[in-house]
Amino acid sequence: MNERLHLWVNGQEVDLPIVPGEMLSDLLRYRLGLTGTKIGCNEMECGACTVLVDGEPVLSCSYPAARVQGKHVLTIEGLAKTVELGQKTPTEEALHPLQEAFIQYGALQCGFCTPGQIMTSYALLLRNPEPSDEDIKTALKDTLCRCGAYPAILQAIKAAAKAMKTGTPVEAPQIPPAAKPGKYVGNVHPRPDAVAKVTGRAKYTDDLQFEGMLHARVKRAMVPSAIVKRIDVSKAKALPGVAAVLTAEDIPGERNHGLVIYDWPIMVGVGERVRYVGDAIAIVAAETREIATQALDLIEVEFEPLPVVTDPVQAAQPDAPKIHPNGNLLKHIKVRKGDVEQGFAEADVILEHTFYTPMHDHAFLEPECSIARPTPDGRMEVYVGSQIPYADRQQIARALGWPESRVHVIGQLMGGGFGGKEDIAGQIHAALLAHATRRPVKLLFDRHESLIVHPKRHATQIRVKVGAKSDGRLTAVETELYGDTGAYASLGEKVMTRATTHSSGPYEIPNVKADCYAMYTNNPPAGAFRGFGVMQSAFAIESIMDMLAERLGIDPVELRRKNALRVGSVTNTGQVLRQSVGLLECIEKVEAEMRRLGGPNPFAPKPVPGAPHLVRAWGFAVGYKNTGLGGGAPDKAGAEVELRRDGTFQVRTSSAELGQGLPTVLQLIAAEELNQSPKRIDVLLMDTDLTPDGGPTTASRQTFVTGNAVRYAARALKELLTSELSERYDVPPEQIRFVEGLAQINGHTLSLQQVAEEMLASGRPPVTSYTYWAPATRPLGEGGDMHFAFSFAAQAAEVEVNTRTGEVRVLRMIIANDVGYAINPLGLRGQIEGGAIMGIGHTLTENFIVKDGHVVTDRLARYRTPSIVHTPEIISFVVEHPVEEGPYGAKGVGEIVLIPTPAAITNAIYNAVGVRVDRLPVDQEMICKALNKC
Amino acid sequence: MRFWNNYVLVYSIEEALHVLSSAPGPALPVAGGTDLLLEIQQGEHEPVHTLVDITHIPELKRLEESKEYLFIGAAVPVSRIAESPLVRHHALAVAEACGQIGGPQVRNSATLGGNVAHALPAADGMIALLALDARAEVASLEGRRLEPLENLFKGPGQTALDLRREILIGFHVPLRRSLQASAFGRVMRPQGVALPILNTAVWIERDEDIIKDIRIAIGPSGPVPRRAVAVEVVFKGRRCEEETFALARQVIRETIRFRSSPMRASAEYRYHLSGVLLEDVVTKAWQRTLEPSVVEAV
Repeated sequence: MNERLHLWVNGQEVDLPIVPGEMLSDLLRYRLGLTGTKIGCNEMECGACTVLVDGEPVLSCSYPAARVQGKHVLTIEGLAKTVELGQKTPTEEALHPLQEAFIQYGALQCGFCTPGQIMTSYALLLRNPEPSDEDIKTALKDTLCRCGAYPAILQAIKAAAKAMKTGTPVEAPQIPPAAKPGKYVGNVHPRPDAVAKVTGRAKYTDDLQFEGMLHARVKRAMVPSAIVKRIDVSKAKALPGVAAVLTAEDIPGERNHGLVIYDWPIMVGVGERVRYVGDAIAIVAAETREIATQALDLIEVEFEPLPVVTDPVQAAQPDAPKIHPNGNLLKHIKVRKGDVEQGFAEADVILEHTFYTPMHDHAFLEPECSIARPTPDGRMEVYVGSQIPYADRQQIARALGWPESRVHVIGQLMGGGFGGKEDIAGQIHAALLAHATRRPVKLLFDRHESLIVHPKRHATQIRVKVGAKSDGRLTAVETELYGDTGAYASLGEKVMTRATTHSSGPYEIPNVKADCYAMYTNNPPAGAFRGFGVMQSAFAIESIMDMLAERLGIDPVELRRKNALRVGSVTNTGQVLRQSVGLLECIEKVEAEMRRLGGPNPFAPKPVPGAPHLVRAWGFAVGYKNTGLGGGAPDKAGAEVELRRDGTFQVRTSSAELGQGLPTVLQLIAAEELNQSPKRIDVLLMDTDLTPDGGPTTASRQTFVTGNAVRYAARALKELLTSELSERYDVPPEQIRFVEGLAQINGHTLSLQQVAEEMLASGRPPVTSYTYWAPATRPLGEGGDMHFAFSFAAQAAEVEVNTRTGEVRVLRMIIANDVGYAINPLGLRGQIEGGAIMGIGHTLTENFIVKDGHVVTDRLARYRTPSIVHTPEIISFVVEHPVEEGPYGAKGVGEIVLIPTPAAITNAIYNAVGVRVDRLPVDQEMICKALNKC
Repeated sequence: MRFWNNYVLVYSIEEALHVLSSAPGPALPVAGGTDLLLEIQQGEHEPVHTLVDITHIPELKRLEESKEYLFIGAAVPVSRIAESPLVRHHALAVAEACGQIGGPQVRNSATLGGNVAHALPAADGMIALLALDARAEVASLEGRRLEPLENLFKGPGQTALDLRREILIGFHVPLRRSLQASAFGRVMRPQGVALPILNTAVWIERDEDIIKDIRIAIGPSGPVPRRAVAVEVVFKGRRCEEETFALARQVIRETIRFRSSPMRASAEYRYHLSGVLLEDVVTKAWQRTLEPSVVEAV
């Protein structure tokens, strides 16, 4: 028998001992250090781990390493080597045309799936040098991208194929700049981290290794509601290789964490209450992950089961078991405007309907990972991909009982977040174990744990009642929402507040009443998720708007136009909109294109010629979403900009990059202000020692808030440099200019390197910092500006319904978003398309199921996110109604992009076949039964 | 994670049988491993000491036509089957089914042998092979034998083969003759596990405008993959027309017991779909019977 493994990796011969049970991905990542191959699910679902074995793409996560005996393996790290190093200059990095094209087309966002996408595409091009769209969709069917970059991926592959065939450089994509582009802002520019991401060099937390590092795992309750009667960790502690086993008693500091309310136990101790299956009971650190896993099985826990509260309506019943000492109501949220009784009395038509949305999982492809490392000076470093590094620091320090300054959070590249990396995952556990063992500790969730533990999108039940005059003018809207906030508060109150305030849609309505009950249950907690409650309420209101249009016999677009918010409108919270309300233009843009493609009556059902059981129609919906925290919360961000000794600049802020493109935005803003090309500007994010607090990356706020912080910090730096040079060379400031790499001082030229040197030598470091405070907002209920800006959108979706089976496909989408100003058009395109695809997923494929408090969809195989085969043709328009305070007029875009999508699709289904979907996801069986009476 | 102790690459059937029967602990053959390795990784399989990788045995990788039948090796990746001109000619339903299993990466590993070992009642490959009347060639220390496909399954997820003493070599698929054809189809739902809520494979032989002979397999229609014999009877001697399909739908209701599976499909939905799918697949196969064949009619 062969005791050694002999193979070729990226052309190099490798000879290693065989490790029993090893998969190819482990061999590549942990023994050869080729961490470009990613593990997203470890269950053959996501494709991130794709490598080529003898030219064929395989999933290395479940491919026994022993099987590659004598074979050739190609990973992302070896791809560039497959091209001839012909025309490249020595300074340029040789990239494969696929890598070039992925960069240019913005076919990557978080970058975690990128190696898998590129390797799968490479295998396709090996066999098929001129693939059609269909060929590409077939080949990439099971290589998932949660950022939804599929349209760009498809274009990039075609561009690469063309470049390879013709031997010419990759053709640039056709992406329009902003309406009023600056020198850098408003122009297409690739991501600064793109080369690292397409070559596999980009490091995510699990890619890091430290000397002497231990591996941690968490014993989860796996019962949804119980009292812990006994915990015995003695056997686990005795297992050779186990370094520490900790329980709640071992926490030196505070025992709960939380973003708003400290109600989430770091671990549940004896005599304490388990509130959901993901609650931690004990944590283990061991020499290997395998030993840590074995130790979990040796921990004995006894529970006294308690009744389980499974849904928010049940939780609100007076006799429901109490999950928290103060009961099950997290918050009753109210919106009041005018008098709805009178509004309904004035109405010619009144409609009422109840809608349901399920929990959704973020399913970011990078599972949560934290590494805590004690430093010799008595501090704790924590390496983690987190949306709120300073909140992590605060919560870790609190648990350790330390001042915050002893904790150093070093943010890592994130393989997607979407709101799901705002709460604490493993950060505190890793830190506690590192503190106890004095060794670095890595805590990596597997996909199963990720699905069970982290907060989800709120499941909701939303009753909507609308009243309208016969001409379509809304007279009153009343909504009643129940939100399932799960076991712990997380950001539940804020999410459901947003759901409530947006529940009557982007319309001016004289009389509004909304009541929301955010309820604790024994389900996994619900918290932030792109759209932040507004996706749910938009589905309800935009569905009933179509129902109302039908009842009134008014065109659905016309009905929305008639009631749409515009400059001068008063929102349902009493805010007067003074500027930047591009909703009508969004509606016009989408309507015109929809009628161009779908004819004068796009909402009429159209059977497919030759296949009359396939019926097509368009559907329409609109939406709006606040930018920034709002509601009276102080919303600020700090940023620093420094001219470094080498003459380049660095921008620093703790604001988080989760794939959405913040580094590009900040780089372009600094470039514009400093009149330097982006390549001279480095962006450092997410480090609590080195970067000032940028606040949470949530609420579509970073372009606006941190963008402004960087803009003003860059301006301040320019002023500082100018005044310094003005003084030093005794010339008036207006005669000093900055051009690429140089300062021009009245005919005299100085390199920026020299400027930096001189300033440093004179003890005046060329660095400025700025804390930007967004315009003040008012709490809900007080009237005035609840938010400092809103983004708007309109979407149309064309669907095809199979009337014999109930199956639904989305064929085309038309999208317009008012984003104020398109600072980063390439990234913006990615957000728009990716948001729509996530919206399609929420409508058609995704359903997070919990039964009696137990997670049914506990594997990626059971929770399906949209793939390239679900990707329609997407036509998008960028509408720019600038907001005065925003950087160059920009406002948020990250969330608005998916808000109208579900209703646009379900309205289209109704238009096609007359079946109203009032519960997500779309159930093809329900449609089929309605159509065939079976 | 130590999922197994020993992973052995074997190069002949004899070697495989020897290693399997003499391993010091629980031993299993593994081909693509796309089901087995996942179950082991997820702790849903009893411990395995030795995995015997049979993907390097030349005979199991064969895909060739002989005088009497088409041979599809048990360890041929389904991607190769899906694209093989031989399979597409003689057993298009099998190629169509194999082309729909998993995604491309999975298809490069997954095998029909694994379909047997995993024994799901609606495995696309098995449903297609059943309609094609394939037989399985099995080797044991005692020698070789041919088994009807149905004999390979004991229950859901349970194969009738003794995996420590027997190796599935491959499948014998009758050659397609003139006026014969096959087709496969399935209906999925976009949520939840990527298994068909219903699939159907049909082999058909025509005589002028009459269905001379037919074989139909519908999954999942019971604990193991099986043919819908009573439904076949309806078609024989009849025309391919609505009246026949109506009768077939009725017989499906009378003879097949579909299950309701929570969150996937109710029995009622499956009854409805079975009629739709059967009509589509029979019609597709029927139209294909006029495509020329290299082998003369019997």
